[in-house]
Amino acid sequence: MLSRVANSLYWMSRYIERAENIARIVDVNLQLLLDYRSLDDKGLAAYWVPIVQTTGDEELFFKLYPEANGQTVTEFLVFRPDNTNSIISSIALARESARMVRDQITIEIWEELNRLYLFIHSDGARQMWGESPYEFFQEIKASSLHLQGLSNATVVHNEGWQFMQVGKYLERADKTTRILDVRHATVPPRRSAPKAASQTEALEWASILRSCSAWDAYKALHSAEVDPQRVAEFLLFSDDFPRSVKFSITHMDRALRAISGAPEGRFINDPERLSGRLLAEFQFGTIAEVFEQGIHDYLDVVQQKLNKIGDAVFGSYTFQPFTSIDEEIQQQQQQQQQQLRQPVLVSR
Amino acid sequence: MNCFATPGREFCLSGAVGCQCTHAVLKDYNAEGFFDEMVAETGKVRRHYQKYAQRLNAIGPEEFEHRRRAVDLAFLRQGVTFNVYGDSKGAERIFPFDLVPRIIPASEWELIEAGLVQRITALNLFLHDIYHEQRIVKDGVIPEFYILSAKHFRREFIGFRVPKDIYIHICGTDLIRGADGKYMVLEDNGRTPSGVSYVLENRRAMKRTFPAMFEAVGVRPVDNYPAELLKMLNFIAPAGVADPTVVVLTPGANNSAYFEHTYLARQMGISIVEGRDLVVRDSRVFMRTTKGVQPVHVIYRRIDDDFIDPTVFRRDSVLGVPGLVNAYRAGNVSLANSIGTGIADDKVMYYFVPKMIKYYLDQDPIIDNVPTYLASEDADKKYILENLEKLVVKAANESGGYGMLMGPMASKEEIAEFRVRVEADPRNYIAQPMINLSRHPTYCDGKFEGRHIDLRPFILYGEKTVIVPGGLTRVALRKGSLVVNSSQGGGSKDTWVLFSDK
Repeated sequence: MLSRVANSLYWMSRYIERAENIARIVDVNLQLLLDYRSLDDKGLAAYWVPIVQTTGDEELFFKLYPEANGQTVTEFLVFRPDNTNSIISSIALARESARMVRDQITIEIWEELNRLYLFIHSDGARQMWGESPYEFFQEIKASSLHLQGLSNATVVHNEGWQFMQVGKYLERADKTTRILDVRHATVPPRRSAPKAASQTEALEWASILRSCSAWDAYKALHSAEVDPQRVAEFLLFSDDFPRSVKFSITHMDRALRAISGAPEGRFINDPERLSGRLLAEFQFGTIAEVFEQGIHDYLDVVQQKLNKIGDAVFGSYTFQPFTSIDEEIQQQQQQQQQQLRQPVLVSR
Repeated sequence: MNCFATPGREFCLSGAVGCQCTHAVLKDYNAEGFFDEMVAETGKVRRHYQKYAQRLNAIGPEEFEHRRRAVDLAFLRQGVTFNVYGDSKGAERIFPFDLVPRIIPASEWELIEAGLVQRITALNLFLHDIYHEQRIVKDGVIPEFYILSAKHFRREFIGFRVPKDIYIHICGTDLIRGADGKYMVLEDNGRTPSGVSYVLENRRAMKRTFPAMFEAVGVRPVDNYPAELLKMLNFIAPAGVADPTVVVLTPGANNSAYFEHTYLARQMGISIVEGRDLVVRDSRVFMRTTKGVQPVHVIYRRIDDDFIDPTVFRRDSVLGVPGLVNAYRAGNVSLANSIGTGIADDKVMYYFVPKMIKYYLDQDPIIDNVPTYLASEDADKKYILENLEKLVVKAANESGGYGMLMGPMASKEEIAEFRVRVEADPRNYIAQPMINLSRHPTYCDGKFEGRHIDLRPFILYGEKTVIVPGGLTRVALRKGSLVVNSSQGGGSKDTWVLFSDK
């Protein structure tokens, strides 16, 4: 498989996952605030600034907008083309990647992605967002899930598909840590787990679960009582919940080894070494340790490790480092000088 | 349906124009004195369109409109689009597609096919000749000056033997019909002709939209094109390579024909690569894969000569592959089309194609050229300058409808500007009489109107010459316009070559 193709498949899948996760974060925050109608501007900002922080674009945001409120933050995260992490940018980038590898994906995937792209650029999308944000975000999420279903059910599960898996799970692991981190500003860092949550806090932690479609699964496991430690444990360490960080890393690790053929528990290149080590931390870590370290710091480290895995994937699978075109030209010309030039004139 | 019209009118099952029957969708159609592909001077539908006309009448205007919308939507959804240069948003547009097919009867197609085979054979002999013995120059058929001054003549390739002696493997030749309905060649595209993906996609859309019609009318299929293309590419592989790796080389996603590049690669089941995916080592071409580098043997390149290798041609090209030409010269990789074919696209060379046919094949051209005047010949130049307002003046090395003066429609300033240009650089200009291209009923804003069309068949020249029946019929959608290029408001039609003559 061409390195560039592998790279495009990886990013296509990553950007789709990104768009979906941003939709989840914004949607849940909007709904949460329906419960807090009494908040003043400052109170509102306290809920919206962390949302901007989840994508790490705080600086850009305050360059573009004077204050953080529902309107500005959602606009920024959904429709701003100059925010490279917005939903509209993610979808455009996913489609651009897909366009580069149209021969590698199925018509169904291409058409659905193209449809999503046309939808988000249409006037209808903005209207829907204004009138019924719930439906709008539902549309984005449904399309992403549709695309994942298509990639599972219509694409050959070959090397290219494994690259798509790596991109998807890496992005999902990262975004789940960021969603979990959303409330760190309102939950001051503590050395131990917060005990019985107040009603407000309970609502907030429940909203975190909803962002990850984890509310029902959590309730089934722990009843409806929202305990911050259990929420964090569920989203970080669940073996079976498909949006948990551990689950994502497990599947990312599996896909990486499927690409190279390395057996479980071993590695033959950098991305596998890094992902295997991170996976081990999740296999043998406990939530108590996480809270002891402070959840924000802990998540920060996990995010950095995920970034390193992403870099390593790029480094390992672009075997021949791209030399600059000038070096390449020079090298070729040296070779050519050893050969005689052909006669160049028309002879009569 | 059994509507007998008033005296002098045919009944509607004959598909006659002018029938008052509500099913007759062409009832208000007027050929307006042009040569019309579908409707004869008598007002009757031509014989080879009658079966189609009957079915069209049966479908009726509302249903037709309904299906048209569905097709546009499907194209948009599938992203069957082309990129528009100079559009800051990098916008993609769907290539407008007209649902009324252009129909060619079997005997007419036979003639076209024979004419195209003759032409590509002569062109390939010509290219081989001018890059080797140059007999045609020595025998005084083509003046040396024209060869030497041709912008795309590649001196570097004189004496170089291209694989299987084939220069143009894939040719798109533009055919038009004038007022008398006679086919003429307007130009040859021997570099990287595009449009064949629309031939295939248009057919797919038509089959989905009017499934019943195909069987009833008897249309020859076109879908073997990718297989024939791959067969040809395998044929030209370097000697001794049993199972060659064939790739499509594209300039990238921003190229206007990118859709086509990926489409063809997908249909042939081969990789599509960009310049940066390829690397040359020891005069061999490799592609960078996730498992290291792998050899490449045949490249269907959709990049012009100028950009293909910065060590040989344009130094500033970032699209090409440094060292590719060297590998090509070493015989380790084959290119389609070969380097140096651009000279055959030179509109001055076009003037000489009938002479080439006579010289190399000792035959008369089966399809004529459009009468052409060369501005660098004194008598012709005088005629051109005296008749600018009647003529179409073209730059010898432009395509896509750019660099052209349509005399009868031009303003005084434009004519004055071209006068200066022709006088300053006569070698670079030719002129032709204005041809009123044939017209075809085309669905415009809810009714059928005549629009001018041309035809670009695609010729594959490998072990044998293969031409898929039909080609791309391009249509100038703007009323009265004669410019069919997609960049300038053109659209396309499906082209149906029939198994028989009716």
